Amino acid sequence: MKVLVPVKRVIDYHVKVRVKADNTGVELANVKMAMNPFDEIAVEEALRLKEAGGADEVVAVSIGPSQNQETIRTALAMGADRGIHIESPHEIEPLAVAKLLKEVVAREEPGLVFVGKQAIDDDCNQTGQMLAALLGWAQGTFVSGIEIKGDSAAVIREVDGGLEHLEIRMPAVVTVDLRLNEPRYASLPNIMKAKKKPLDSISAADLGVDITPRLNITRVEEPPAREAGIKVSDVAELVDKLKNEAKVI
Amino acid sequence: MSILILADHDDGQLAPATLNTVTAATQIGDDIHILVAGDASGEVAKSAAAIAGVSKVLTADDTTLAHGIAENVAPLILSMASDYSHLMAPATITGKNIMPRVAALLDVMQISDIIKVESPESFQRPIYAGNAIATVTSNEPVKVVTVRSTAFEPAAEGGSAVIEAAAASADAGLSSYVKSELSSSERPELTSAPIVISGGRGMQDGSNFAMLEKVADKLGAAVGASRAAVDAGFVPNDYQVGQTGKVVAPDLYVAVGISGAIQHLAGMKDSKVIVAINKDEEAPIFQVADFGLVADLFDAVPELETKLD
Ligand SMILES: Cc1cc2nc3c(=O)[nH]c(=O)nc-3n(C[C@H](O)[C@H](O)[C@H](O)COP(=O)(O)OP(=O)(O)OC[C@H]3O[C@@H](n4cnc5c(N)ncnc54)[C@H](O)[C@@H]3O)c2cc1C
Ligand SMILES: Nc1ncnc2c1ncn2[C@@H]1O[C@H](COP(=O)(O)O)[C@@H](O)[C@H]1O
Repeated sequence: MKVLVPVKRVIDYHVKVRVKADNTGVELANVKMAMNPFDEIAVEEALRLKEAGGADEVVAVSIGPSQNQETIRTALAMGADRGIHIESPHEIEPLAVAKLLKEVVAREEPGLVFVGKQAIDDDCNQTGQMLAALLGWAQGTFVSGIEIKGDSAAVIREVDGGLEHLEIRMPAVVTVDLRLNEPRYASLPNIMKAKKKPLDSISAADLGVDITPRLNITRVEEPPAREAGIKVSDVAELVDKLKNEAKVI
Repeated sequence: MSILILADHDDGQLAPATLNTVTAATQIGDDIHILVAGDASGEVAKSAAAIAGVSKVLTADDTTLAHGIAENVAPLILSMASDYSHLMAPATITGKNIMPRVAALLDVMQISDIIKVESPESFQRPIYAGNAIATVTSNEPVKVVTVRSTAFEPAAEGGSAVIEAAAASADAGLSSYVKSELSSSERPELTSAPIVISGGRGMQDGSNFAMLEKVADKLGAAVGASRAAVDAGFVPNDYQVGQTGKVVAPDLYVAVGISGAIQHLAGMKDSKVIVAINKDEEAPIFQVADFGLVADLFDAVPELETKLD
């Protein structure tokens, strides 16, 4: 079985994001970029499945400008076998991503697609569910545990009240949550080896998908700032402030 | 403009976030319908019909609709979609699981996690863990929208909507429910509690959360946690507050032994009053705290509990 892992290139999660002065977006120039953290978890899970004999090939795919090839190289350095880069503008919506991925699935015929539950830039949380819908496949979302059992998979989902266990039919789309695993770091030799692994590049147009944005982002602004508070000297003062000043207890 | 809201529920009770979604919907249009898809969810339908501002409740009752199986609920919504300008749901796990599937089947982009309605076509939503707020306009024929509950007041009771049965669609045969492991608690639900007290890595151990629980019980508060505390196994996953956990905005949020990473702040910085207890006076959490106490939590929390009598 082949496993497909879409990996998104996003601003590194350590970076303090700044809104552009003209309110058209956030500052991307000279900002450190990295693989979306959930996608590292997705790559890791695919590799573990392969190492356990449950998969024979792990293919990483990223959609975006040419720099996205770096993100694919990161996945290859972690251990993925092959990469596919789909050239597109930087801002691309989940629906268009899902449509492109559907075409990749048609060509590659994977048994599983591991997707991050959420990209930490757009915070959309849509792509995996959309891909499953377009394919007519089962979806296991917010997954913190998975066990493949032939033509189905037992998944554990992180839900609002705790955990939920589902049995989903394969092939399936699984969106991964934080507790699924602890992703590995790529070692230096593996980073060197990754440079020689195959990486194909195609354009979104080659896949026959219309990626014109459907939504128009008319303005991006800073959230309202909180007023600076005070330090209290002890618990007694804290309780007094909460009771008599803030009146919240 | 007619709006359909997917109710979040567990077949017994309507999830409170549904009420906040109704409020968001009333800012868009005035013909608001609620879909209760489930199995033996009659009580939920009654609660939904009692929400002020709701004109109709549609019920689809079938075993295949139990537990909000997305592959079965999405086609149901799709079969009703042509009657509506907006399809909405709370941005809870249920809404996040089902609505993008609906949007893709309709070939429209979803607008996730709105915090403000500017017009029926235009909404505000946080991006980059709430470090930026985007205004998004959609020309899609039908708007698929999920709503951040903390950004809208809950709708009041006092409605008397008609309840109508809708036909369930067939089992897609793709996913089946096995079981749940729910964390049971007598305390209020995290996302709608008026007071939340959360613990982080500084708690050192799951058993130390008992200290927070004692304070919570005196205040009628819910207990939450940082990701680090959940990852370390101190508390279950559903306690996590943050960008990728739950978003809360109570009257009072108390952060204990939490450093204040942006991913955590994303889930609590809209709280009315924030208290931080941390032994490191440089901890970033103090930058958003109205009242900061630099102290060892193992001294401060038990003292706080006794002083609340
Ligand atoms: C993709 C992604 C998503 C994430 N999503 C979330 C999320 O949703 N929610 C979330 O919370 N995090 C999230 N994180 C993690 C986040 O970046 C931080 O790692 C996490 O919030 C840190 O948790 P913490 O503050 O408990 O731990 P730490 O940062 O380790 O802080 C512990 C604090 O406790 C204090 N302390 C220690 N001992 C004591 C004592 N005895 N008395 C008083 N104070 C003490 C220390 O001074 C320190 O400030 C995410 C990260 C990533 C990459
Ligand atoms: N441009 C992209 N290239 C590759 N994968 C993507 C891209 N956009 C989204 N994804 C995948 O979809 C997941 C969820 O993204 P989103 O729906 O935008 O929150 C990400 O974690 C990735 O796995």
